[in-house]
Amino acid sequence: MIELESVSKKFGTTIALHETDLSIDAGKTTVLIGSSGCGKSTILRLIIGLLEPTTGTIRIEGQRVSATSVLALRRRIGYVIQEGGLFAHLTAAQNVLLMAKHLKRPVAQMETRLRELCQLTHFPENGLQRYPVELSGGQRQRVSLMRALMLEPGVLLLDEPFGALDPMVRARLQEELKEIFERLRQTTVLVTHDMAEAAFLADRIVLLNEGRIVQSGTLDDLRSRPASPFVREFLNAQRVLATA
Amino acid sequence: MRSTIATLVVLVFCAAAPPKHVIVGSKKFTESYVLGELARAVLQDAGFTVQLRQGMGGTIILWQALRDGQISLYPEYTGTIGEEILKTKEPLSTGDIRALLREQGIGVTGELGFNNTYGLVMKRNRAAQLGIHKISDLRQHASLRVGLTHEFLDRQDGWAPLSRRYNLQMDDVRGIDHALGYAALANGSIDLKDAYSTDAKIAENDLVVLDDDLHFFPQYKAVFLYRLDIDPRAIAALEKLAGTLDEARMTRLNAEAERTKDYALAAALYFGDAPTRADGNLATKIGRWILRHLELVGASLFLGIVIGLPLGIRASRPGPVSNVILSTCGVIQTIPSLALLALLVPVPFFGISPTTAIFALFLYSLLPIVRNTATGLQDIPAAVRDSAAALGLEPRAQLWKVFLPLASRTILAGIKTSAIINVGTATLAALIGVGGLGEPILSGLNLNDANTILQGAIPAALLALLVQFGFEGLDRMVIPKGLLLKQ
Repeated sequence: MIELESVSKKFGTTIALHETDLSIDAGKTTVLIGSSGCGKSTILRLIIGLLEPTTGTIRIEGQRVSATSVLALRRRIGYVIQEGGLFAHLTAAQNVLLMAKHLKRPVAQMETRLRELCQLTHFPENGLQRYPVELSGGQRQRVSLMRALMLEPGVLLLDEPFGALDPMVRARLQEELKEIFERLRQTTVLVTHDMAEAAFLADRIVLLNEGRIVQSGTLDDLRSRPASPFVREFLNAQRVLATA
Repeated sequence: MRSTIATLVVLVFCAAAPPKHVIVGSKKFTESYVLGELARAVLQDAGFTVQLRQGMGGTIILWQALRDGQISLYPEYTGTIGEEILKTKEPLSTGDIRALLREQGIGVTGELGFNNTYGLVMKRNRAAQLGIHKISDLRQHASLRVGLTHEFLDRQDGWAPLSRRYNLQMDDVRGIDHALGYAALANGSIDLKDAYSTDAKIAENDLVVLDDDLHFFPQYKAVFLYRLDIDPRAIAALEKLAGTLDEARMTRLNAEAERTKDYALAAALYFGDAPTRADGNLATKIGRWILRHLELVGASLFLGIVIGLPLGIRASRPGPVSNVILSTCGVIQTIPSLALLALLVPVPFFGISPTTAIFALFLYSLLPIVRNTATGLQDIPAAVRDSAAALGLEPRAQLWKVFLPLASRTILAGIKTSAIINVGTATLAALIGVGGLGEPILSGLNLNDANTILQGAIPAALLALLVQFGFEGLDRMVIPKGLLLKQ
């Protein structure tokens, strides 16, 4: 369970996020959606403490995100970004194991976990010794996901994880990810601008526009009871759904 | 009673004490080198261990080094002492000088014999052709090209007061190195230059010394200046040289030094010894220069890395502190190396020592290391920074486990640049008598002898290449493989 209470974020005079209250359910997949600059990535970065809120407080499983708690909290959160953010100087395995090694986890336990993750993410074990430049875009995202899941986090945050992939790979990864979500039942927040992706993966969709939450609910809620003309406009703009 | 015994013990101890270490300095020209070797020879005969620091620089540097105790003695000229050290306009006798310097803790030996005065020289046939015999004749030839040593240009008994005394208004006066000036005179690039009256080049190049008809130049009698606190037996040994060197003998020793390129050999002529090479063969000498050179480059580069890396890390963050760091390093880089050495030498902690050379080289090595470290870190994509933070790594762990390895290629390139620059710049250490491969380059320049210059220049160039190759090996060891692969 993640709670945002009157959280806002300003960059200088620009308001990235107006005062927002949001409660994200435990064990469910919540998708934040909207056009670029709507504040969806800002929320994710606030949750993991990469940004500090201008006002308000954020709590993760009851614990307030602050300068003193952020390090421990981050270790219980997995974070995957567009393009993966993999470390080019480390092999796939070293990327995945970096944090576990830093925390001096037992070697045998790490090895077992690594094999589990390969199966879970359909990553070939013989690719573990490759460097990021030697991997395809899809494989890089799989490694990034493995790295995020390594310490068995209670919360998984994904910021446009498929943004840079071609449609075929993207569709396949979406299916795999849905499987993983269903199996792990973690509290998951995914950011995307693609309504089809949101509809496919989300238990709940939160639609944002210009730094404010416009409506939140299931896809059906949004379609049948749009809270404003913008909601209808946004849904109609997604051609796949309009013809579906 | 007890104090008498104590006095006795001290006296006996002094008499029996083994002779100590003496450091002899010399200025950067042939005659001073030869006199330095002469002092070494008589002191070694008297049982002293002698360290000879040849070609340390000009008057002020040597005087400072003597006052600070970095050297025990060096050869000097009475005229120079009056003009440059005591700064008086009155002509002083050697006795006057001795009395004045005693107050500063410095002693003066008896005059060695010769008077090495300054003079203005021209090619004999050119002077004859223009009908110039004395300095006042120059008034009718304002268009002659004059090439003077930088020291003569600046001295109180140098060019400016001389032209005032003689009412000279020469159109074209420029500063040029002493030895290069002779070459310029020979090929006709200049018509007139300053010289010392015992200079072997005068006879060798068929030059004439213009008559000082208004008696401008003071007497330049050679003496040794020494610290009064050195062993009296050393002073006694030096005094043996007094009155033994007339102009002809000194000129011959200078000529021998220039002919053989070996100052110790020339000094040995004085004693009528069979020439022996004090410094061993060429290979040993080059080996010693290279070792010293590596020492200078290695120590300064080490400091550059130890201090430059943290500065670069700090400078990679945005803000005013970073600007200050980067612009300071940039400004240091623009100080000419000769000027930097000259600025450091008067600072008490530095003086004429390897520390000064190492510190100067360290300052020059900072900019490439600091800037490349800062740039390497700044170039890390935001996504990678976010990922490292989001994993829950502490800032220090982010730096060591992620950022520095990712920037290693750029950082190493900076260190490599510094190392190569330092191999070149370290040749200037010889200017302050610290040695290294600059030593043969400087004395070669001084002797106008290409062979001697090459003895330093070739190893220095090879060393730079070696450093380059060495770093390519290091690149492969230090830079993570993942950064070297092509997509």
